[in-house]
Amino acid sequence: MSASGDRRAAVLALFLAAMLSAIPISAGEIPLALRRSGYDFMSRETRAMQDDDSVNPAMLWVKDGEALWNARAGSADRACSDCHGDARQSMKGVAARYPAYDPAKRRPVNLAQRINICRSERQHAPALAYESANLLALAAYLGLQSRGLPIAVAIDERTRPFLEAGREIFNRRQGQLNLSCAQCHDEHWDKKLAGNPITQADPGGYPLYRLEWQGLGSLERRLRNCLSGTRTQAYAYGSPEFVDLELFLMWRWRGMKVETPAVRP
Amino acid sequence: MARALITVPASARHGEIIEIKAIVGHPMEPGFRRTQLGTLIPRDIVTQFACTYNGVEVFSADLYPAISANPYLAFFTVATESGTLVFNWIGDNGFSVTESAAIAVT
Ligand code: HEC
Ligand code: HEC
Repeated sequence: MSASGDRRAAVLALFLAAMLSAIPISAGEIPLALRRSGYDFMSRETRAMQDDDSVNPAMLWVKDGEALWNARAGSADRACSDCHGDARQSMKGVAARYPAYDPAKRRPVNLAQRINICRSERQHAPALAYESANLLALAAYLGLQSRGLPIAVAIDERTRPFLEAGREIFNRRQGQLNLSCAQCHDEHWDKKLAGNPITQADPGGYPLYRLEWQGLGSLERRLRNCLSGTRTQAYAYGSPEFVDLELFLMWRWRGMKVETPAVRP
Repeated sequence: MARALITVPASARHGEIIEIKAIVGHPMEPGFRRTQLGTLIPRDIVTQFACTYNGVEVFSADLYPAISANPYLAFFTVATESGTLVFNWIGDNGFSVTESAAIAVT
């Protein structure tokens, strides 16, 4: 299902590549006031799924995340809640400022990595695999505690080089189709790619339930879809390139609201 | 994976029509797909759902391969008396999930 989806995306991107090479590209970021959530491009039915927690299937993972938050793990035999208490208070606003700088790693880490730092260093438990149900569940549960809050990653002298690296990736033409993220998401966001709205590359709803996936997935999984759609070798989960790109996407989305756990087509 | 999400009003007036929503976590593998190597992925779906209200069945449904993952069902019933609604899903490979919810009828 997802393999055929990727193939379809690649074919679509090929059409777009032909279209783009004919059109002069006017570089330029989307003015802040013109940004629109991915939600705004969705059908009424898909919006209704996101609007109502009792019909949003992502809430299955959120429920698991809450159970994991309160479950003891690792040789330290401690639960997240033993140290952090009630997530509704302690984790409020946290997801809205990730990726965030980690002094020990001397670089920004995303929320999934931050959760795994506590897993291994505080709980003395094995790290959860990227895209595993449990890591997605914890990330969705923490993300929910920031729902409705404005995205605000901290950009300072420590994080700026990583932001610039992410910006460079966003604007770099790459892959067999030689397309940049910006060509689709800054310059053609109001167009369609064979019937699907291209949209503005909103990173604020992840992890989210995507109908095409029939499940929950991370922002990196979505980015891998866009990369394979342009026939670009995807970065590995958790790689510096991905985290830099995430930092840039979240900075580009500053002030917009966290929607976790969102629903997308 | 959390097994199910149930939405039932905690209280209702006698005779009131109430909406009930139920989602169960399940991949609903249809049994028609193949891996990249051509092997058939065996069918793994939920086949039946039933809801009882103080032991009396008020809604049931048969499910089929074309239904999406994490199937969602919404239906209505009449609030007759205080008690318990029990939800049960069964499916391939011995799948069985039971959840319940209490309702107070005044
Ligand atoms: C033994 C205590 C302990 C346990 C158990 C623990 N943490 Fe932590 N966690 C901490 C401390 C202390 C910090 C702050 C560390 C720092 O700032 O360097 C932290 C930081 C965090 C942060 C970053 C908060 C921020 O403001 O940026 C997140 C997210 C987090 N923990 C999630 C979790 C999750 C999820 C679990 C369970 C899987 C967990 N933690 C388990 C002690 C713990
Ligand atoms: C060929 C055009 C194209 C290119 C190039 C492209 N994307 Fe996309 N992108 C899309 C389409 C189409 C969607 C799907 C919108 C939908 O239906 O949800 C999408 C979705 C996204 C989303 C999800 C938005 C949401 O609301 O959840 C993000 C984030 C994103 N892209 C980022 C990127 C990044 C980063 C790159 C560069 C590595 C990139 N895209 C390259 C076309 C493209």
